[in-house]
Amino acid sequence: MHLRLRVWRQASATATGKLVEYDAPNISPDMSFLEMLDVVNERLMEKGDDPIAFDHDCREGICGSCSLMINGAAHGPMKATATCQLHMRSFRDGETIDVEPWRAKAFPVIRDLVVDRSALDRIIQAGGFISAATGGAQDANAILVPKTAADAAMDAAACIGCGACVAACPNASASLFTASKISHLGHLPQGQPERRRRVLSMVNQMELEEFGGCTLYGECQEACPKEISIDTISRMNGDFIRAGLTDWR
Amino acid sequence: MNLNARIPAGPLEKKWDRHRFEMKLVNPANKRKYNVIVVGTGLGGGAAAATLGELGYNVQCFCFQDSPRRAHSIAAQGGINAAKNYQNDGDSIYRLFYDTVKGGDFRAREANVYRLAQISVNIIDQCVAQGVPFAREYGGLLANRSFGGAQVSRTFYARGQTGQQLLLGAYQALERQIGAGTVRMFPRTEMLDLVVVDGRARGIVVRDLVTGDVRSHVADAVVLGTGGYGNVFYLSTNAKGSNATAIWRAYKRGAAFANPCFTQIHPTCIPVSGEYQSKLTLMSESLRNDGRVWVPKSVGDKRAPNSIPEGERDYYLERKYPSFGNLAPRDIASRGAKEVCDEGRGVGESGLGVYLDFADSIRRVGESVIRERYGNLFEMYQRITDENPYEVPMRIYPAVHYTMGGLWVDYNLMSTVPGLHVIGEANFSDHGANRLGASALMQGLADGYFVLPNTIGDYLASSKPEKIDVSHAAFRDAEAEVVDRARRFVDLRGKRTVDSFHRELGKIMWDKCGMARNAAGLKMALEQIPRLREEFWRDVNVPGSDRQLNQALEKAGRVADFLELAELMCIDALHREESCGGHFREESQTPDGEALRNDERFTYVAAWEYAGATNAPLLQREPLVFENVKLSQRSYK
Ligand SMILES: Cc1cc2nc3c(=O)[nH]c(=O)nc-3n(C[C@H](O)[C@H](O)[C@H](O)COP(=O)(O)OP(=O)(O)OC[C@H]3O[C@@H](n4cnc5c(N)ncnc54)[C@H](O)[C@@H]3O)c2cc1C
Ligand code: FES
Repeated sequence: MHLRLRVWRQASATATGKLVEYDAPNISPDMSFLEMLDVVNERLMEKGDDPIAFDHDCREGICGSCSLMINGAAHGPMKATATCQLHMRSFRDGETIDVEPWRAKAFPVIRDLVVDRSALDRIIQAGGFISAATGGAQDANAILVPKTAADAAMDAAACIGCGACVAACPNASASLFTASKISHLGHLPQGQPERRRRVLSMVNQMELEEFGGCTLYGECQEACPKEISIDTISRMNGDFIRAGLTDWR
Repeated sequence: MNLNARIPAGPLEKKWDRHRFEMKLVNPANKRKYNVIVVGTGLGGGAAAATLGELGYNVQCFCFQDSPRRAHSIAAQGGINAAKNYQNDGDSIYRLFYDTVKGGDFRAREANVYRLAQISVNIIDQCVAQGVPFAREYGGLLANRSFGGAQVSRTFYARGQTGQQLLLGAYQALERQIGAGTVRMFPRTEMLDLVVVDGRARGIVVRDLVTGDVRSHVADAVVLGTGGYGNVFYLSTNAKGSNATAIWRAYKRGAAFANPCFTQIHPTCIPVSGEYQSKLTLMSESLRNDGRVWVPKSVGDKRAPNSIPEGERDYYLERKYPSFGNLAPRDIASRGAKEVCDEGRGVGESGLGVYLDFADSIRRVGESVIRERYGNLFEMYQRITDENPYEVPMRIYPAVHYTMGGLWVDYNLMSTVPGLHVIGEANFSDHGANRLGASALMQGLADGYFVLPNTIGDYLASSKPEKIDVSHAAFRDAEAEVVDRARRFVDLRGKRTVDSFHRELGKIMWDKCGMARNAAGLKMALEQIPRLREEFWRDVNVPGSDRQLNQALEKAGRVADFLELAELMCIDALHREESCGGHFREESQTPDGEALRNDERFTYVAAWEYAGATNAPLLQREPLVFENVKLSQRSYK
């Protein structure tokens, strides 16, 4: 394949960035999108130019590192697919492809396509856990968890924390990310004691990090590589209202 | 060098209990006065940092990814073993211990393995308490499956995302401690040296990957949970960033490196498709529970798989290992695939592949059950290969997956440098010459949650470290070296990219130190590697500056270390003139082609000591003493 790329280049957090055009001939349709970028980078470096910086690690769609806006869509055109699992056979020969970083106030650009997503960690810090210090646990089978609850918890727990939901949302809201953790833990009996406290602290942190509010556009669920359902957000909202009505301390 | 393994006295079952009683404790009020550095946030490091924080230590934790949740452990698919015997199928702590020692081809330390099997049951309890959504039966009890060479069902799993869920459990516990202020987290920060003062590990030098700043961190003890070094082969199932730098720099500061040549080649990965290939994707071994492995009986049979009649297929694992069949351990299944491909019976365009066929299982239990069990893996396969495995058999081929070798540690998980502890895949401890499936997650969490947090207290309570700070000459010198090295890279302006060197190294290692090894090949590799290293330092091209985020520079540092480690791996492989587990020396095999150990000469851990850049490393031996199991020829027939 022969492609043209328009890639966001930005030397540092404070530099101004712009889209730069690159010619990308001889691309195999069996390459992954990141392998295509590897090839483009190798060619840039052979000419003595700086390679395009982008986050990636597992290249199996599970670590949540890769994070590219491809033709304006978070993780590109293929549903339920992270950038690293997207293959060039999803594009047309001769196509021009725009590649940009996640755009959100809470995700400042560090360099080129690399952004700072530490705000997501701070949301987990605020309450996305069950307080169970190492050592005191009872026998695992002493807690019965109905299969349906375990499955629902797992559906939500599949979130890879990539931030595509934020990037796709017109309000740059982190609601799907936050709600998936709240749903995961809220479906399980072990998660009940801290349920109210959790939702209040996490939602509060999400606001402090300057993520936008959720107005149920539903773009997040479309972009999510793990197909986390927007129903988790309704659940979070329900929990939030109930928690606000009671004294959770 | 002192290779005292410090195995506690007493009967096997009592050793850990007794040791816990005999170890010194740190007074709870004093814990916050101790600083501990944990490098790595995978199952080993993440669990350790969280638990040390809970205990009240002052922890500084590091990872190179942008978030601790992205450590490579996240990618583990299949599951985690534990001797719960929930299925009442004859499992026990002793059986898990025995299977692990035997699976490791009798090259692991009995006492460590027994402790691992004991702790395995606590791990599951702990993870469930944290909310890890393991698979369940309809009655609400935990579900199990059998996995990788085990005849009992002792593997716990969370769909095909077990590593992800276990890691998120550890990550959430870690974030809780970060919020509580007991752990300070430094993401996007790479450890580039270990600092040893008066013979003790007292800190690390790191590079901030965003700004390029080089800084030191001081502590009373250092823990490395930095993962395995399979990426020395360039293509492996490891994440792209997985590297050996932390353990390699520690080796050069005096930590012995044990059994570096013990590498696990996993039998079920998606075959290589082209030159541009950047990594290999594992298809979880659990697939072998329902998939049957075969190749055509005749050489050069290029027909489509579904048009090859049953009678013309060779289900070679079932044929050669009737009692284990498709579940034969990894090393054996991988060599089986290599053998049939070497005979010219491999499938796919490259001829480097075998079929993993689900047709029989789909007929037996129905497509929906298969979908429920492996849906996400089938999807992943289809995404990569553009073929539908419900209709056409998968093509698989072995790939580098795990490294059993690593820094030598004693029973307390302390290396030969006092104060430097090593956990998870980074140490050499529990898997001998071959790791069983679903045992790495178990070991990482055992080390991180239960072993290290106990044993490090004993070290701290008995060593009373002196107060020092980063102005100490040892830190200043190490910092200067790190800065110099980074400058040297960016000033080189050579012609070849880092990846091109890495690929070439990987090819040498795969050909000469991969699934089968022989003296002539290893000797050739030992000539090629230093030459390649010399060229690397002359002609590598690292664009940009060291004062900014520079991914080419990060890679260059890692590849420079791989280029040294590769040599040590070949030296180790050459010296071990026996076959054991994943280390198959062609000169040492039984008449029917199975690995032949030489217990008389090689029942020891080979721990290599760094002797300077221009000297050969020194071999130290830790004899392995088996008091409980009888050494036997491993047989899965
Ligand atoms: C695809 C795949 C599937 C697997 N499936 C299974 C399975 O089903 N069951 C099983 O038991 N095992 C499985 N394994 C093996 C298992 O996942 C690993 O052995 C285990 O997770 C390693 O954990 P760890 O904590 O030792 O290291 P890792 O999870 O690799 O973590 C390493 C950490 O160290 C950090 N780090 C490394 N170097 C530096 C440095 N220089 N400076 C700062 N930080 C650094 C990294 O940022 C990271 O946080 C699988 C492995 C792979 C590759
Ligand atoms: S690189 Fe890990 S999810 Fe894409």
